[in-house]
Amino acid sequence: MRVGVVTFPGSLDDVDAARAVRVAGGEAVPLWHGDEDLRGVDAVVLPGGFSYGDYLRCGAIARFAPVMREIVRLAGPPDQARPGLPVLGICNGFQVLCESHLLPGALIRNDHRKFVCRDQRLRVERTSTAWTNQYQDGEEIVIPLKNGEGGFVADDAVLDRIEGEGRVAFRYLDGNPNGSYRDIAGISNASGTVVGLMPHPEHAVDPLFGPDVAADGQPGTDGLRFFTSVLKAVLAA
Amino acid sequence: MGRVVIDVMPKPEILDPQGKAVAGALARLGFSEFGAARQGKRFELEVDGQVTEEVLARAREAATTLLSNPVIEDVVRVVPADAAPADGATSGGGPA
Amino acid sequence: MTSANASTNTTDIVRAGAARVTDTVEHALRTPDVEQPWQVLGLKADEYARIREILGRRPTSAELAMYSVMWSEHCSYKSSKVHLRQFGEKVTDEMRANLLVGMGQNAGVVDIGDGWAVTFKIESHNHPSYVEPYQGAATGIGGIVRDIMSMGARPIAVMDPLRFGALDHPDSARVVPGVVAGIGGYGNCLGLPNIGGEVVFDPCYQGNPLINALCLGKLRHDDVHLAAASGEGNLVILFGARTGADGIGGASILASETFEEGGPTKRPSVQVGDPFQEKVLIECCLELFAAKVLVGIQDFGAAGLSCATSELASNGDGGMVFHIDKVPLRDPSLTPEEILMSESQERMMAVVRPADLDAFFAITTKWDVEATVLGEVTASDRLVGLWHGEVIVDVPPRTVAHEGPVYHRPTSRPAALDARRADVPDRLPRPTGPDAGAGLRELLLRMIASPNLCSRSWVTDQYDRYVMGNTALAVPDDAGVVRVDEETGLGVAISTDGNHRFAALDPYQGTLLALAESYRNVATAGARPLALTNCLNFGSPEDPEVMWQFEQAVTALADGCRELGIPVTGGNVSFYNQTADVAIHPTPVICVLGVLDDVARRTPSGWREPGHQLYLLGTTREELGGSEWAWAEHGHLGGEPPRCDLAAERLLADVLVDSSRDGLVVAAHDLAEGGLAQALVESCLRFGVGARVRLDEVCGRDGVDPFVALFGESAARAVVAVARGQEDRFVAMCAARGIPCARIGVTDDGPAGDRPAGDDVAGDDAAGGPALAVQDLFTVPLAELRRAHTSTLPAVFEH
Repeated sequence: MRVGVVTFPGSLDDVDAARAVRVAGGEAVPLWHGDEDLRGVDAVVLPGGFSYGDYLRCGAIARFAPVMREIVRLAGPPDQARPGLPVLGICNGFQVLCESHLLPGALIRNDHRKFVCRDQRLRVERTSTAWTNQYQDGEEIVIPLKNGEGGFVADDAVLDRIEGEGRVAFRYLDGNPNGSYRDIAGISNASGTVVGLMPHPEHAVDPLFGPDVAADGQPGTDGLRFFTSVLKAVLAA
Repeated sequence: MGRVVIDVMPKPEILDPQGKAVAGALARLGFSEFGAARQGKRFELEVDGQVTEEVLARAREAATTLLSNPVIEDVVRVVPADAAPADGATSGGGPA
Repeated sequence: MTSANASTNTTDIVRAGAARVTDTVEHALRTPDVEQPWQVLGLKADEYARIREILGRRPTSAELAMYSVMWSEHCSYKSSKVHLRQFGEKVTDEMRANLLVGMGQNAGVVDIGDGWAVTFKIESHNHPSYVEPYQGAATGIGGIVRDIMSMGARPIAVMDPLRFGALDHPDSARVVPGVVAGIGGYGNCLGLPNIGGEVVFDPCYQGNPLINALCLGKLRHDDVHLAAASGEGNLVILFGARTGADGIGGASILASETFEEGGPTKRPSVQVGDPFQEKVLIECCLELFAAKVLVGIQDFGAAGLSCATSELASNGDGGMVFHIDKVPLRDPSLTPEEILMSESQERMMAVVRPADLDAFFAITTKWDVEATVLGEVTASDRLVGLWHGEVIVDVPPRTVAHEGPVYHRPTSRPAALDARRADVPDRLPRPTGPDAGAGLRELLLRMIASPNLCSRSWVTDQYDRYVMGNTALAVPDDAGVVRVDEETGLGVAISTDGNHRFAALDPYQGTLLALAESYRNVATAGARPLALTNCLNFGSPEDPEVMWQFEQAVTALADGCRELGIPVTGGNVSFYNQTADVAIHPTPVICVLGVLDDVARRTPSGWREPGHQLYLLGTTREELGGSEWAWAEHGHLGGEPPRCDLAAERLLADVLVDSSRDGLVVAAHDLAEGGLAQALVESCLRFGVGARVRLDEVCGRDGVDPFVALFGESAARAVVAVARGQEDRFVAMCAARGIPCARIGVTDDGPAGDRPAGDDVAGDDAAGGPALAVQDLFTVPLAELRRAHTSTLPAVFEH
């Protein structure tokens, strides 16, 4: 099982994402922003960081990287029912997915205008995705959140539509950390292959280096099942 | 050498945390005559030669493709530099 | 405030000098009597005379620019050098054992076993951060990270010891959020976890905040790179950002004059950082190291090109010729003098064999990093700088980089010290007697909400502590712990500590106490202390009383290191932290580094489960001089600081490290500012598990009352939670090693409502949640503790 992890200049959590893939039992394949092809990977992670410095808008320049052309093509349009390439966008990767229009909405500066790093409680709202099939519907998990521009916004029509179609994948619990509309922490495309979220599952795969306290009160590995989920999804496909 | 000025503003219905902060600070500093404030971005693109209609058309294309995100922003103006105030009032940069 | 528009006197003068005619060496020879602005550049008359003597002529304006920045206090250590020698003199074989690279290089390198080494260093960015908090703090991080890279290491963590003026001073609302945002804005973009540091508020830092930045890096033994330009014909390459008018003269002017409110003309340009460029530069450098295409590497810090070229040439085996006009510029109007002095960020200099040039450029091109060959290593012993083919610099590099002036400044014991020491805190009112419980309860809630004891999460939640996935402990634990080797779990712990009040009362003892606390913090996390670095923040060295404080501090540090058996690997001195003639309290910041064979064995500071026995290690004395209680409650600073017993610290550290290794303890917390009370509250709040505590054994044994037991700040103490079933072994280990050990209670997550009647339970939080109960004195629900502890900083900075 080969999961590509893209490195843009300014990517930071690519090493962590690759490690999470390995911990889950997959093979992590490094992809460079300038790559024209995806080296035959079965799924792709767009990691956190500050691609190209995020100076224009977060993810706005990464969207035009050569590697994204093939990812966008293989992932397919967001409303397509037929499953495409599984893609997980974490934090900056989520921003890239929105800028690429693989997911609706956009991410703007946190409403309190500060960077925030904390252990974040989430509710898993959609388990019929390539990245969440190992969770229970409505399960609560704790994984780290760290961003400066994590406020998820979209107009009401779009919000109503993704809510109605059950495409909200994660919602913030215990307080909205960044002003995201309707407490939305992560969303998915129609088929559930493309998932984007602001919090960082790849930082919660080892009890020593993850959140202090997971949902069960012990050090957390609540993020690991993102990566076991995709291995299962690819096998089933 | 010519220059094109492009102004991009957040859509009115989208939360603008920076603008909100500016409005709050203005009020605290006694600029009570100002109500809401919004903060946008100004781009200046240089071209060799004159700013022709073709150049402006290309600039509009760049503005909607890269310089703005239509989900949250509107391109409110694409004009030759001489049609825009020359200096000052540049916004949307990094922290001062 | 934008400082980019503000020009400096320096710039103006250099510009004026250069506008007329390029001041070549030949021109200097022809015009020996031209008046030169050495004074404005911060040089003294005898220093200028010495430059003329070295060169046998007047310096060119470019040479004057180089000497003036390199001979500034900041770069030359001219006032501190004679004292810092002690670090090299008071060294034992034990201390040398793990030292791969000692003082004098960009940063020291320490062997941590298995072929791994680490390098770490702190630097100050105090004045720039006061002028422009965001960029000052941001570029402070950038600079220290490049220092670590120039040793051939991968940066793996940062820490920020920060000291600000009074929390309620209006200027703190400008400086604190700006500095914190700058550290976050720059550091978070680099992908380096921020794992700790300090945040201290005190009026003595008003106008002189201390913004120190630490970086830790890892490398394999054979990857150590040194800043040396060797091998005739090897190429000298500048790579990274373009050069602009950033901070011209900043190093020299900012660090050699007291910063006064003199309007914009006195304000030099501050550097502006680009963290994305730095991140790319990090990855680019690591690939260059791995490809083994570097003969030498040097970062650009203060003094920019002047420093990089002269240090590389001085450390090498020959000379160097470089073309100043080949430096890629962001601002084409820069003069050669300005180019030599510019402090533009995110630049590095490499020395590369001609045969490796293609490989070098392949890597810089991959990362889209601009790289330019500026010159080459020569067989001569001169550093020669050319401007469009004309020689404008021709100097012996050692005289610029290493043979600057050395001062034996006069020292004088401060006249006010005796009165301050005599003003003991004994008379200050304190809760005591049979009804002390209610008073102690209220005092506890006030203390944990006070500026220096309240939760720092408002600050640290703005930093990324997770990135890289190797952070095993971070704030609010006693030390930051990061994994170095993913295969074996080998890792290191670091902690930065300083106590300006102790140092003000007695700089010798105060420095030992800072050293002891940092050492203890690392051991508390379960790591064996190995080495230390430091950042010595003081007032003006021209003030004999400040110089006396400095001498005391350095002597204490050298003595203390010998006693603890750990070497000083390097450090930084920041002088002139004063406004007019009022200096900050002496503030030596010490960072001890320790090693853990497996970070899985690290000891956290918080309690996770009920039913663990709690022990207090060490002896509690009535030591309240310079304490947080005296300051926070009474605005009092007087008396003697606590006694520092390094032999006891060493024994305590051994017990903490060995009991961690043997799995005897599940949590441990060092006792420092705020005493036992603060440690108990922090351990409770970490994971929301309370405790039932009794003080009678400690009070009886040590002859102190509950107030002193809770708030006294005696050193060499820690509170530990012992693993179930290991109590006897643990107590026996302490007894065998002569460590006083008293059982003081048990962790407990039962609700406060379960407590026996008579406890002072208050308010809505009485029932339901866990609590901290001190027998016969008081009970406070954790919810109430948490509210008090976490509200202070948001109340000041959130509006």
